[in-house]
Amino acid sequence: MRKVPPLLQRELSAYFYSPIAYVVLVVLLAGTGFFFNAVIEWTREASIRHLLGYMQFIILLLTPLISMRLFSEEYRQGTIETLMTDPVSDWEVVLGKFLGAWTFYLFLLIPTFGFVFLLKQLGDPEMGPIWSGYIGLALMGTMFMAIGMFFSATTKNQIIAAILTIVSLLTLQLIGFATKLTDRWYASVCKYLSLQEHMESFEKGIIDSRDLVYYLSFAALFIFLTVRLVEGRKWK
Amino acid sequence: MIEVEGLTKHYGNVLAVNNVSFRVEPGEILGFLGPNGAGKSTTMKILTCFMPANSGRATVAGFDVFTQSRKVREQVGYLPESVPLYTDMKVEEYLNYRVRLKGVPRSERKGRVGEAMERCMVTDRRNKLIGTLSKGYRQRVGLASTLVHNPPVLVLDEPTIGLDPNQIRQVRDLIRNLRGDHTVLLSTHILPEVEVVCTRALIINRGQVAANVPLGENRESLYTDARLRIEARGEAESLRRAIDAVPGASVETANSELDGVQRFLVRMAHDTREAVSSAVIRAGGTLRELRMEGNTLEDLFVKITTAEKEESAHAESAAPAAA
Repeated sequence: MRKVPPLLQRELSAYFYSPIAYVVLVVLLAGTGFFFNAVIEWTREASIRHLLGYMQFIILLLTPLISMRLFSEEYRQGTIETLMTDPVSDWEVVLGKFLGAWTFYLFLLIPTFGFVFLLKQLGDPEMGPIWSGYIGLALMGTMFMAIGMFFSATTKNQIIAAILTIVSLLTLQLIGFATKLTDRWYASVCKYLSLQEHMESFEKGIIDSRDLVYYLSFAALFIFLTVRLVEGRKWK
Repeated sequence: MIEVEGLTKHYGNVLAVNNVSFRVEPGEILGFLGPNGAGKSTTMKILTCFMPANSGRATVAGFDVFTQSRKVREQVGYLPESVPLYTDMKVEEYLNYRVRLKGVPRSERKGRVGEAMERCMVTDRRNKLIGTLSKGYRQRVGLASTLVHNPPVLVLDEPTIGLDPNQIRQVRDLIRNLRGDHTVLLSTHILPEVEVVCTRALIINRGQVAANVPLGENRESLYTDARLRIEARGEAESLRRAIDAVPGASVETANSELDGVQRFLVRMAHDTREAVSSAVIRAGGTLRELRMEGNTLEDLFVKITTAEKEESAHAESAAPAAA
């Protein structure tokens, strides 16, 4: 795992060199700002509890823009060939990329503390649920980045990677509605898989181990699948 | 240093490498030749552990490319044909990144990067974005990133493609300077380059080793088809007898011209140029010209690669008839 730091660093710097980083940042801040305003108007409550759901959705829409280049760009530019023939393991490559994308994602969240700061100026927010909400967003990020990275590893076309990612994430987002339409056996499965279901306790200020397991097991699964995919490409 | 035994690789139904075996001794610079699609790049990709073979065995620096892939990759510097680079990085930044991936200890990195930039003549662009560089510079940045950890084995897939004649000469000198300390497997289409740089050439055709040609001091086997074209003044019959008397030389045709110049075409069994020239002088002749023909690598390359093509064209035209 000694080679992970240079790989992570390379990914992170690639984000800041590309215009996409700034587009993502602007959209995230503008979207969050819009809903921040709307939620405050509506609830008159000094908390981000109702805002988090909207942030989650904006992040969901922005995730493919962050993750799509991870492997697709290497395939397209052919740099995968120098990367895989350097003395690094598949695990190191995948973890380096994953951590690079996730670190970038955490950087993106930092400016949104501005809204928390604003909230403190305007009222007296309870900080506990705010911190737990951000922890929730950070953990959700591991899952989103891992899923995005997996689809990026399937194709050299970034657009296809982005579409597959957004479709998967939207499915996980919307699957919760199924629970409202049916009470068959799979309702509980859908409920468990639903993204919305797992943000709720973070919003309330609770860090529930079930939600931790949900995010981290998704992240671990897709990191593992990406490694398999990268290994498997060699055999084609 | 590199040992390949019965290597076979197919992509779907297409047989890219067919039972290829060869060895590269330490310090050798082996020219890897063949028409496009002959299997050169595929062989190189297998040797650098980018893809596995379907069957056969290969070791690099004593490590098996399949079971000890990481060890192999530590020993090898590989420059792929397309010279892939991160266009959003600066030259020095990119080399710093690659040198870390190669596992060079921290204390040596700076010196290695500086040396590689110096050797590949890219120091003057160290702070430029790779994306803004010309083809020639990119090629050399790629080469620098291949050399940066000073690997004992280098695998270079057409390293001089896209360079101008001056740069080609510089890169050629650079590669020639690697002889002895490094073992190099070099693929190229520029045959004179191979004759100048390489100690041996391997001609690959249709996935198989078609010829193994020693170059440099022991290029004797190249002379089997060589002819000497001689122009001399002197007495025709005595000149002819003198040349014929040289071991390994036999006169094929002799012409006396009206201007008193004798023209001979001499078949050689080995390199007899010095012996023939002194024989002419001893026979009282004066030598006007002595030229060797038909012994270049290019002649051999064309002969091998087209002969098989004709053969296969034959086979293909015969097949429908048989059916």
